[in-house]
Amino acid sequence: MRFSLKKSPSHFSILPEIIAILLAFFIGALILLFSGYSPLVAFSALFRGAFGSRNAWGQTLTQATPILFTALAFLLTFRAGIFNIGVEGQFLMGAMASALAGIYFSGLPAPLHIALSLFLGGAMGALWGLIPALLKVYLGAHEVITTMMMSYIASYLTSYMVNYPFKAPGWVAQTEPVAKTALLPKILPPTQLSLSFIISLFLSLLVSFFLFHTYLGFQIRAVGLNPGVAENRGIEIKNRQILAFLLSGFIAGIGGGGEILGVHGRFVDGFSPGYGWDGIAVSLVGKLHPGGCVLASILFGMLRAGGMTMTRVTKVPLDLSLIIQSLVIILVSAPYFIKVVILRKKDF
Amino acid sequence: MEIGTLFNLSILQATIRMATPLTFAALGGMFCERAGVINIGLEGIMLNSAFWAVFAAYFSGSSGVGFLAGVLSGMALGAVLAIFTVKYYADQIVIGTGINIFGLGFSAFMCQKIWGSRGASGAVAGLPSLSIPLLNKIPYLGPLLNNHSILVYLSFLAFIFSHYLLFHTPWGLRLRAVGENPQSADTAGINVHLYKIVFVILGSTLAGLGGVFLSLAHLNFFAWGMTNGRGFIALAAMIFGKWTPVGCFLASLLFGFADALQMRIQTLGILPPQIILLLPYLITILVLAGLVGRATPPSDYKPYIKK
Amino acid sequence: MPKILQTIGLTKSFPGVLANDHIDLEIEEGEIHGLLGENGAGKSVLMSTIYGLYRPDEGKILIRGKEVTIDSPHTAIQYGIGMVHQNLTLVSSFRVWENIVLGKEIKKGLSLNEKETLKKLEELLKMANLEVDLRAKTEELFLGSQQRIEILKILYRGAEILIFDEPTTILTPQEVDQLINTFRSLKKEGKTIIFISHKLKEIFAVCDRVTVLRKGRKVGTLPIEEAAPEKLAEMMVGRDVLFSFPKGKKPGEEIILKLEGIATPVEKGKVALQNINFNLHVGEILGIAGVEGNGQRELAELIVGLIKPRKGRIFFRGEDITFLSTKERIKRGIAHIPEDRMQRGIISDFTVWENLIIGFEDQPPFVKGKFTLNHSFLKQFSSQKIKEFEIDAPGNDVLVKNLSGGNQQRVVLARELSGNVVLLVASQPTRGLDIAATEYLRNKLLELKNQDKGIILISADLDEIRSLSDRVLVLYEGKIMGELSPESDEYQFGLLMGGKSIDEVLA
Repeated sequence: MRFSLKKSPSHFSILPEIIAILLAFFIGALILLFSGYSPLVAFSALFRGAFGSRNAWGQTLTQATPILFTALAFLLTFRAGIFNIGVEGQFLMGAMASALAGIYFSGLPAPLHIALSLFLGGAMGALWGLIPALLKVYLGAHEVITTMMMSYIASYLTSYMVNYPFKAPGWVAQTEPVAKTALLPKILPPTQLSLSFIISLFLSLLVSFFLFHTYLGFQIRAVGLNPGVAENRGIEIKNRQILAFLLSGFIAGIGGGGEILGVHGRFVDGFSPGYGWDGIAVSLVGKLHPGGCVLASILFGMLRAGGMTMTRVTKVPLDLSLIIQSLVIILVSAPYFIKVVILRKKDF
Repeated sequence: MEIGTLFNLSILQATIRMATPLTFAALGGMFCERAGVINIGLEGIMLNSAFWAVFAAYFSGSSGVGFLAGVLSGMALGAVLAIFTVKYYADQIVIGTGINIFGLGFSAFMCQKIWGSRGASGAVAGLPSLSIPLLNKIPYLGPLLNNHSILVYLSFLAFIFSHYLLFHTPWGLRLRAVGENPQSADTAGINVHLYKIVFVILGSTLAGLGGVFLSLAHLNFFAWGMTNGRGFIALAAMIFGKWTPVGCFLASLLFGFADALQMRIQTLGILPPQIILLLPYLITILVLAGLVGRATPPSDYKPYIKK
Repeated sequence: MPKILQTIGLTKSFPGVLANDHIDLEIEEGEIHGLLGENGAGKSVLMSTIYGLYRPDEGKILIRGKEVTIDSPHTAIQYGIGMVHQNLTLVSSFRVWENIVLGKEIKKGLSLNEKETLKKLEELLKMANLEVDLRAKTEELFLGSQQRIEILKILYRGAEILIFDEPTTILTPQEVDQLINTFRSLKKEGKTIIFISHKLKEIFAVCDRVTVLRKGRKVGTLPIEEAAPEKLAEMMVGRDVLFSFPKGKKPGEEIILKLEGIATPVEKGKVALQNINFNLHVGEILGIAGVEGNGQRELAELIVGLIKPRKGRIFFRGEDITFLSTKERIKRGIAHIPEDRMQRGIISDFTVWENLIIGFEDQPPFVKGKFTLNHSFLKQFSSQKIKEFEIDAPGNDVLVKNLSGGNQQRVVLARELSGNVVLLVASQPTRGLDIAATEYLRNKLLELKNQDKGIILISADLDEIRSLSDRVLVLYEGKIMGELSPESDEYQFGLLMGGKSIDEVLA
């Protein structure tokens, strides 16, 4: 994709990332041991649940899908020098918007209904990202705090909506099901894997093309790496930062919509086990490149899917996935640590 | 509904109580940032300390032991942040985010393992409250400030001591130099990395106390995600307070009030719970939005690389 | 009697550069010793090594005949060596006294003892014959005063050997005189001074002996009486140095740029320009002289469009561009070599080709259609520029952070001169560059002038300004103090740079 395939050593080595992942699993194993679980049993259940069968693969890719969306969303803003940790909130708002569009618009042929619902989901996500964007760009408010706050607000707001105005009758806090015409077709029955997965792959290609083959992507990257230089050459920094935020929110929103229209068929309170956080980890592991995000999202999808099996079989709490994920984040972002301490390299 | 039901002694007392975890976390974040390290992981540090405090109190039967465990947990996570960002030049925000996710996952994992429920732990003996007879003599302020948990008074001490340390001792002077111009500190013979590491650990330990308050004083058990974003609100308080101890304290009171207000409105039942729960976060954003360009941070947060 | 400070075979190298090559240095106690050399000769590295900022690869350092290992500035201070750097290392929010005693504070119990500290420092001021307000906030002082804080810092710690690294860069000629007097006072107190400079004039004003470095090697040491300017210059550069450049043709009549009554807003951390009026003609190099920090950066940013004025107008070839965006100005042919390369010039983590196209990426032929980058054209463009501007890079894909300063500046130059340039604003263009790059750049400027372009040359190097400019304006505290011809007496420049008005100067 770059205009020359010459790989300079520091540019394309993924050894630190691989070591980080292995180390994270190792520490996870230690935690299991100290808590009285058998790492061997737990991890074998994990891998079986992730790759052991066609159904397992389906589950892995299904879990990987929303993670890939949020990873791409986070990646886009990170490249612009912005730390949008509120992708979870944008994801949730997009999910809600898509759900409502799926439920309450009728009489549309399926492809149109799906496209419209997903688009509205993306638009809602973009809107949710617009607020912290404006606060950052015009008022200097740190986006880590504002997007985090927006995330909490989104969580409570959607919870409110699904518990009160849009609640379907019954015990469960969920909306009515979306119309049949709004459902994304499943592509690997009997698993839950839907067209959403394909859309996410397509989106990763699109993001890659945008960043490396369009002038807007180039400008966004320039703004992220050195806003002073970008400004000196006439690039509107504020403009590009807001654009990055909008695109990011849009992608996260579509991701949320994809989950609703492809997997659940309605908005269920708490349906997201923190896909937004996974996305951040995946972005970092994937070296902030869409291709890497695809691979890393499958890894994390594996953690989630396999984790569910692991929990069922061995009673190891599902949160182990979160723990391993957090360890990956910490270790992946300290390549110097890996190189000096683990690989004993003296010359960084 | 009279204004009296919203603004009375009990809500002000609640303000002081709910400000306490924020004060600890904001002071903690302040020390970290004065050392030149942004501590985004306050949330995870608080949550972890909250958990370990209950864990230790549960198995030892003593809240004092729980308190110690919370302190140690804060120190440990602070050490992780410090070493990775100062010595190995990792991105501070990324490590902080990792610590947050770790805090959430690890506390839930252990909660499930020990008490069989991911949502809440068993109850423990909480930390004692302090009754100061002298205070009862003062007309309005007396009852307001009396009979709070020991940690509330500890937070007052922490704020006073922080102010003294930062602005009236050589160590505070050196810390400020390390944050603002590490080169100048280095040429003055100050061990820049040491100061950064020590104060990041100190700051994280303080933040941990905020978590201990939540699980051993405010409530007396651990609940999943019980910090509820306070680690981030504390960062807003720190910025609002312009990275000074006095500022952090006052800003925490403001946000504590928002928290207390939210709890009070909930009991009145006039709005659905989720909408009320939104309030503190909305207020935080509004506060940040109001800080137009006034905040100059005490550091550029770049890792200090010795040649 | 052993020398107070001696180095034997001191060697230090960095990736790709042998900065100090087996240097033998001898400093006598109580002397003022000059260290002379061009940019990149190795003077700073040598002194930094002695000061403990670098560890030498080979060689020894001796203090009064005894070999010592200096592993940090802290250790150096303990041996009585203090250094005043070019870039002041002060904490701007501290008071003067806090900056002086940082690290060696006077305590009362656990607290800072301000009263006692002020008492001790007053004594020090008297001894060193220096004046500064100890209670003032550092950020509110002039650079000359701030430098005095640095001197006090090392005197407070008992420095016997004081090293000054290019201290006059930030001073007006009058402040330079004050500094030279300070040197003499310190010498009277028995201190030893090592004075790094690349300015012959200053070396002659105060030094007892002078050592010349060139390309990392010591060329020789001479007592000042035996040194003549031409001989020293030759030792510095190794060949006949042109003290002036051929002037080229006279500027034309047509006005390219006109500034009328410009005033910029008052903002913290910036110098507000006031009542700026001047014209720039075709084929003219207009020099803007002045000590750094008097509005030069703001002037450059104003012309380029990064700052908008609150009063006045800017006309470019007759068009009012006062509120035009930077992008529009670039399109009309305004180019900018920024004074801070790392902040405004190059994106270090981008490749050479990416840096070369910043600002052009949204126009054809860089873009094909409306959005897509035309990679084959970009590659071709980049290769062509590398050749044309003699950029020493192994390929288009090299990250610019791996290039030397001189080559990075060539990348900036190549990019800025790629459009149809009509006006070039060059801010401190040769700062930090080696001799070859400096000459290349200066020749480029003259070439542009001869092609009837207009150049605004902003430089703190008065010699550079005088040798290249057709006219010179002097900036002081955001105001133009007056215009001089390059041949005017240097003392006149000094007066304007120090704040005197043109009438006083010409009287």
